[in-house]
Amino acid sequence: MIINHPLLGPRDAAEFVYKGDAALIHRPDGMAPDALESFIEYGYLRDNPAGEHRELWFHEQGDRSWLVVSRNTLTHEITSVELARDVARREGRSK
Amino acid sequence: MTQKNRLQGGLIDRGQSYTFRFDGKKMTGHAGDTLASALLANGVRLMGRSFKYHRPRGPLTAGSEEPNAIVELREGARQEPNTRATTAELFDGLVAKSQNRWPSLAFDALSVNDRLSSFFAAGFYYKTFMWPAAFWEKLYEPMIRRAAGLGSLSLQNDPDSYDKGFLHCDLLITGAGPSGLAAALTAGESGLQVILADEDFVIGGRLNAETFSLGDSLGSDWAAQTVARLRSMPNVRVMPRTTVLGAFDHGIYGAVERVSDHLAVPEADKPRQILWRIYSKRSLLTAGALERPIAFENNDRPGIMLASAMRAYANRWAATPAQRVAIFTNNDDGHRTAADLHAKGVKIAAVIDTRPGQPISIDYEILHGEIIDTAGRLGLRRITVRLASGETREIECGALGVSGGWNPNVSLTCHQRSRPAWDENIAAFIPGGDLPSGMTVAGAARGVFSTHGALTDGAEAAARIAADLGQTATKPELPKAEDAPIQITPFWHVKDAKRAWVDQQNDVTAKDVKLAHQENFVSVEHLKRYTTLGMATDQGKTSNMAGLAIMAEIAGKSIPEVGTTMYRPPYTPAAMGVLAGRSRGKDFRPVRKTPSHVWAEEQGAVFVEVGNWLRAQWFPRKGETTWRESVDREVLQTRKSVGICDVTTLGKIDVQGTDAAAFLNRIYCNGFAKLAVGRTRYGLMLREDGIAMDDGTAARLADDHFVVTTTTANAVSVYRHMEFVRQCLFPDMDVQLISTTEAWAQFSVAGPNARKLLQKVVDAEFDISNEGFPFMACGEITVCGGLRARLFRISFSGELAYEIAVPTRYGDALIRRLMREGQEFDVVAYGTEALGVMRIEKGHAAGNELNGTTTALNLGMGRMVSQAKDSIGTVLSRREGLNDADALKLVGFKPVDPSKKVPAGAHLMTIGDPVNAAHDQGYVTSACYSPNLGHHIAIGYLKSGDQRLGEVVRLISPLTGFDHEVEVVSAHFVDPEGERLRA
Repeated sequence: MIINHPLLGPRDAAEFVYKGDAALIHRPDGMAPDALESFIEYGYLRDNPAGEHRELWFHEQGDRSWLVVSRNTLTHEITSVELARDVARREGRSK
Repeated sequence: MTQKNRLQGGLIDRGQSYTFRFDGKKMTGHAGDTLASALLANGVRLMGRSFKYHRPRGPLTAGSEEPNAIVELREGARQEPNTRATTAELFDGLVAKSQNRWPSLAFDALSVNDRLSSFFAAGFYYKTFMWPAAFWEKLYEPMIRRAAGLGSLSLQNDPDSYDKGFLHCDLLITGAGPSGLAAALTAGESGLQVILADEDFVIGGRLNAETFSLGDSLGSDWAAQTVARLRSMPNVRVMPRTTVLGAFDHGIYGAVERVSDHLAVPEADKPRQILWRIYSKRSLLTAGALERPIAFENNDRPGIMLASAMRAYANRWAATPAQRVAIFTNNDDGHRTAADLHAKGVKIAAVIDTRPGQPISIDYEILHGEIIDTAGRLGLRRITVRLASGETREIECGALGVSGGWNPNVSLTCHQRSRPAWDENIAAFIPGGDLPSGMTVAGAARGVFSTHGALTDGAEAAARIAADLGQTATKPELPKAEDAPIQITPFWHVKDAKRAWVDQQNDVTAKDVKLAHQENFVSVEHLKRYTTLGMATDQGKTSNMAGLAIMAEIAGKSIPEVGTTMYRPPYTPAAMGVLAGRSRGKDFRPVRKTPSHVWAEEQGAVFVEVGNWLRAQWFPRKGETTWRESVDREVLQTRKSVGICDVTTLGKIDVQGTDAAAFLNRIYCNGFAKLAVGRTRYGLMLREDGIAMDDGTAARLADDHFVVTTTTANAVSVYRHMEFVRQCLFPDMDVQLISTTEAWAQFSVAGPNARKLLQKVVDAEFDISNEGFPFMACGEITVCGGLRARLFRISFSGELAYEIAVPTRYGDALIRRLMREGQEFDVVAYGTEALGVMRIEKGHAAGNELNGTTTALNLGMGRMVSQAKDSIGTVLSRREGLNDADALKLVGFKPVDPSKKVPAGAHLMTIGDPVNAAHDQGYVTSACYSPNLGHHIAIGYLKSGDQRLGEVVRLISPLTGFDHEVEVVSAHFVDPEGERLRA
């Protein structure tokens, strides 16, 4: 596969390390009263779609960016690649 | 032997004769021959025995789709089993052996299987070897394995080298027949970066096997001229001997170039083969078509081959399998073979056409009928024909060309799960929808079979691709060529045959297909697996179609209703060596050497692999005969005076920014916000699921600057995790990370004289006295008169100890200097073994304890997990299951009988309890001989271990028969109060 890195252009997937669902960006608040339930949900209950999937890839043999890659799990078609940091900020994460 | 079946003409170089041996027999061929063509020219039709029934077989094809003529090529370490004689290029001195026969090809003892064939039908293994179960491993499997299988391995190391390479292009063209060549010309002249790959050693595909002309020249001449033109274009790379093995995601293709397989030995410094990874913007598949056989009684005798192969042998290689041949066909193409061989002076015994009303030839007899049997044990002697009139005729012939029509070569179109579609007009499957991204198919590969059609289809496809990529397409002038329409009446098999072979490599008959259907294997995928049809090394290139057709017929369905199986990479078998490339032996992965490596080698150190690193394991001295002697000395001398160990391999991560402390507070389960500048703290990292991930230290060099250490094994994964937390979870934190593992050479200096030794190298303005630089202090200093360095007062050994770091390039100089300055203290270098002994004596956890299943609670650090902050893993470490009342706790063990060893990995059982998993009390993680205590010691996890100090438990290893009693003790065997490290 080829991942079109937003900063570095098209790179072979072999340069990356795969982590999993981009939903991992949405780490719950560990100090909330229902933290245990929400962390169990966060850690263990994830969607496993046949089709469009947003996932995290790390450019380990490159610039060490974490990327959010939208990939179709049936066809491997990649429809968007963004810096995870931009996605995280846009989706409300900060400090 | 003379070349009694050598004809006139052909593309071989008669000026160059090669001597070769087949099964020990010496023969002669020419440059341009394949092993199969040279054997046929020498009158050899029998080339191998079949897989299951050991039936005598000769070549069915003249190409890579060959199921039968599979041989062992070369000798000694270069011996290569299962090589197709039909593609093996002849070279002088080539040695080949037939396979799957004993004692000889002509007389094979296991051909008795053939007589017993009624017992060996489809599903035989599943039905027969079911019972009793215990027999499978001991009797059935070894027996089957001995009987089956084809060639044998040399069991020697491969002496050749293999390379991997990367290519980029606008257009990859796979197959260089008429459509591929026309496409390459068009794309090349349009300015595209083109790669033209073909598996053959002569470019041109079928053009080299036919006699018809293109414009004013012979097809093969036109191919040669076109290749010369293409080679003169700087933007076109022509790659003969290169098989495109697979179509992968996003326009990536894998290809193997056989650089040296046509030579006895590769040229100096050249690889045998290269595995190319080709990145293409577009690809064009022009892989042509493969002829398919017809199944009839005893259709597998040596001498029976595809009509197109017979024609190729005659036209390209000037070889015929016999001087008198017959043809069996259901289409016009078979007649071409008869005409071409007749023109070469081969006697045509008859052409048998399944279709009525074929025109009469003045040169040979044309019959309307079908072949119902053949004769000739080791080679064809006679065929029996049933004429349409019902009359039966026997015809003497030494070879038979069979043509059942042509299948577009769609293999590569299937590699991304596209299913071929049925085309009624040509009675064959053509490429379906959803092709691999960027792929177009042209010419015979999509069912455009005439030469004229292939040329124009290839050129037009390339022009469209050029336009698509923004280039103005220049259409080259193409020569006039034959444009015969396709005249075919599907005919798959002669009915009522007892043994009509469909898949010759896996010995599957038409009857096996019927049996599978009878037993309700009605899906085409089940048919394949039950009968093994199409599952041999040729992937059923010549057999799948007939199998499907027969199945459709039995089921009373149409072929498209039955469907088809798909092809997978690799297109043809690839050597494991080329997939490995240079990554073998010591080059399997890179070796990382520590800054003191050269010095350690000079000391005669024994090294151990730790991940990619080579670390000194111990430093043997003269007179020491066992590793224990060296290790005991290193431990005792370090604890008595001072020892030095290279600890560069530990991961070092530089953390900087105004939020550095807040960031580490998230990363570590214990607190870091209040750590003072100039101080170091032990930190434990948890995974988000609450399990311990890694441990190390974080030293605060400035308000906004920390240096984090990780274990050697986790240096990469911890860094990755920290970047995840930084970029994905807390993107607005002002913090930057960089791995500096390679930037600093770091040595542990441990022992009562550690400070005295360091004071000799640390520059005088830096106070490293116990008051000025206490336990857990850290700082940036200079050594040896101005060299920048970092000093950390941390201790893994439990002694008064420091870790000193200098820029990596000074590491060698520093170890030499420290060892020289340390002579007055009898300083020792110690390796990873002594390091391990001292940390077990001190009860420090390492990789064995942080093994991916243990928590802070298990490690005895439960209270370290701060509940006042939200760090990674804190919440899930509170899970019920991780907090059982009798949770495992890290404790120490000593043998009740001090002479006994304590093996790591052994399990703990309460005395009196039954020995089983249900009563398991824990296990030993690390063990060693303690030279300070004079007996073996261990640490490990025991249920409620912290409350069982003094109890005697059983330590059991059923695997090794170990069963002894050990006493539960504190894990801190040496200096439990920590007085030494604060001294």
